[in-house]
Amino acid sequence: MARIEAEVGKPQGGLMKWIDDRFPFTKTMEQHVTKYYAAKSFNWWYVFGVLAMVVLVIQLLTGIFLTMNYKPAAADAFASVEYIMRDVEWGWLIRYMHSTGASFFFIVVYLHMFRAMLYGSYQKPRELIWLIGMLIFLVLMAEAFAGYLLPWGQMSYWGAQVIISLFGAIPVVGDALVEIIRGDYSISDITLNRFFALHVIVLPLALIGLIFVHIVALHEVGSNNPDGIDIKKHKDETGKPLDGVAFHPYHTSKDLVGIIVFLMIFSAVVFFAPDMGGYFLEHANFVPANVTATPEHIAPVWYFTPYYAILRAVPDKLLGFILFAVAVLLPLFLPWLDRSRVRSIRYRGWMYKTALTTFVITFFALLFLGLAPAEGVYVTLARIFSVLYFAFFLLMPFYTAMDKTKPVPDRVVYHD
Amino acid sequence: MTEDDLDRNRRHFLTVATVATGAVGAGFVAVPFISSLKPSARAQALGAPVEVPLGSMQPGEMVRVLWRGRLVFVLRRDETMLASLPNMADQLRDPDSEVVEQQPDYAANATRSLKPEYLVVEGSCTHLGCAPLEDFEVRPAEGWGGGFFCPCHGSKFDFAGRVFKGVPAPTNLRVPPHRFVRDDLILIGQDTGAA
Repeated sequence: MARIEAEVGKPQGGLMKWIDDRFPFTKTMEQHVTKYYAAKSFNWWYVFGVLAMVVLVIQLLTGIFLTMNYKPAAADAFASVEYIMRDVEWGWLIRYMHSTGASFFFIVVYLHMFRAMLYGSYQKPRELIWLIGMLIFLVLMAEAFAGYLLPWGQMSYWGAQVIISLFGAIPVVGDALVEIIRGDYSISDITLNRFFALHVIVLPLALIGLIFVHIVALHEVGSNNPDGIDIKKHKDETGKPLDGVAFHPYHTSKDLVGIIVFLMIFSAVVFFAPDMGGYFLEHANFVPANVTATPEHIAPVWYFTPYYAILRAVPDKLLGFILFAVAVLLPLFLPWLDRSRVRSIRYRGWMYKTALTTFVITFFALLFLGLAPAEGVYVTLARIFSVLYFAFFLLMPFYTAMDKTKPVPDRVVYHD
Repeated sequence: MTEDDLDRNRRHFLTVATVATGAVGAGFVAVPFISSLKPSARAQALGAPVEVPLGSMQPGEMVRVLWRGRLVFVLRRDETMLASLPNMADQLRDPDSEVVEQQPDYAANATRSLKPEYLVVEGSCTHLGCAPLEDFEVRPAEGWGGGFFCPCHGSKFDFAGRVFKGVPAPTNLRVPPHRFVRDDLILIGQDTGAA
């Protein structure tokens, strides 16, 4: 003992010092929380990142408790969900929190992504944050899709049938790939079992890992702001950005208000409209999976329908699949498609503003059309809006370069 | 040893050799994991053939059976249904069953069947796998000659499971391997022996 004391000196500074000598606790907290400076001009668009984390926690927590009563087998799955709903104490609440959480995850993530498009948060030097974020979005889609099979209702079964069959459109390897995904010659008990494994282990692990990397990358380059300017250009004598405030306690207090408002809306849905009139939980899914009959009208849950509308707009299997995949992947390239000299929409010209407005309308139109039956005028509309969807991205290098921009201020601006 | 003593070529060779060996090892280890995702022995065994008795079937009647967990339609076509088949050619994408993997050789004929009367097709739309609905009523006003209609994405098939033009499904409905054990009994999933 004496020899070691001679080496490192007598203990002083208390428990915190003891820990900090062995683990970078204070250093990490300062770097990421108490001395992480983000612009003081943040508005409400900046609350959705934190809200996404809140929903993730809700999903993990309710998900863990659901696995304690759910049975991932074709013969038992539907009944075990009904058992959770009727016989398990508060089971209905846990299940509705989880199913509502899925939809809210997408609402929050879509708004979070839209924020990035408003203020050019994907532009240099934040390309990697955007790419990692898009990966999170893709994993989230897979996670939601795998989870939707688990209740083993009619929509679970036939939705999975349609989406898995999509991969069969890939030339040469398609059929073998589909067989490996299903693990059987049709969607069966085996498929359900492996989707359970994907939904509760593989994809959540990937999600958590990617979110960690997303935040590490964000804290390396710093958060963007509504003016799209670099707040590190003006610092005080201590090296603090003049236009920045610490994440904690300043941004956390603002986020807390956002979290409370969010939880109020979330609770209202959980308690008063958990199926949201068939949008969050589709009616056909209250009927057990029936291999011999496809429901009359089949549509995925609302958060997939914009892409599904594009798939259905094409009367060709392979081309439909390609356009579907491209539609999902195109936003990945935003940092390189956008040639604007400014980040924020505040200083962009009419072209980008018009394009973004059209894109929002297009997205909602496709969302609606993907829910509507694929007939008559709906097909024509889906084709028109599909073209607009692709045009937004593919023409972006031209209209963002041509657009007249306004001068960007040096310091953050307040709008009362 | 100083920096100057390093044989960089040798070190590079060793690095590449180690990485390559590791990659090969990882490749071999991946085999059992990926293979475990393929249909298991039990899943394959459950693919046993199923028998469909035809004795009580009336013309125009259809039964649905499951083979390998997949839906199979057995339709006893009546005179009108059979009579409609030759007139469809110009509306169909593949009227002569030229896409070989969609049917066994013995069903690559005008009626896509062993016996003209009995159609055996998988009830799985070749677009994205929904189960097509039977829509046997002929409605000349709509230009509909009767057949199958997929509710998911609007694909249409005639009374021989042949796909119409201008719909998302790329090919005809698949004819599973099958044979007649007797005149009134079909075996689906097996066609060795008699054909």
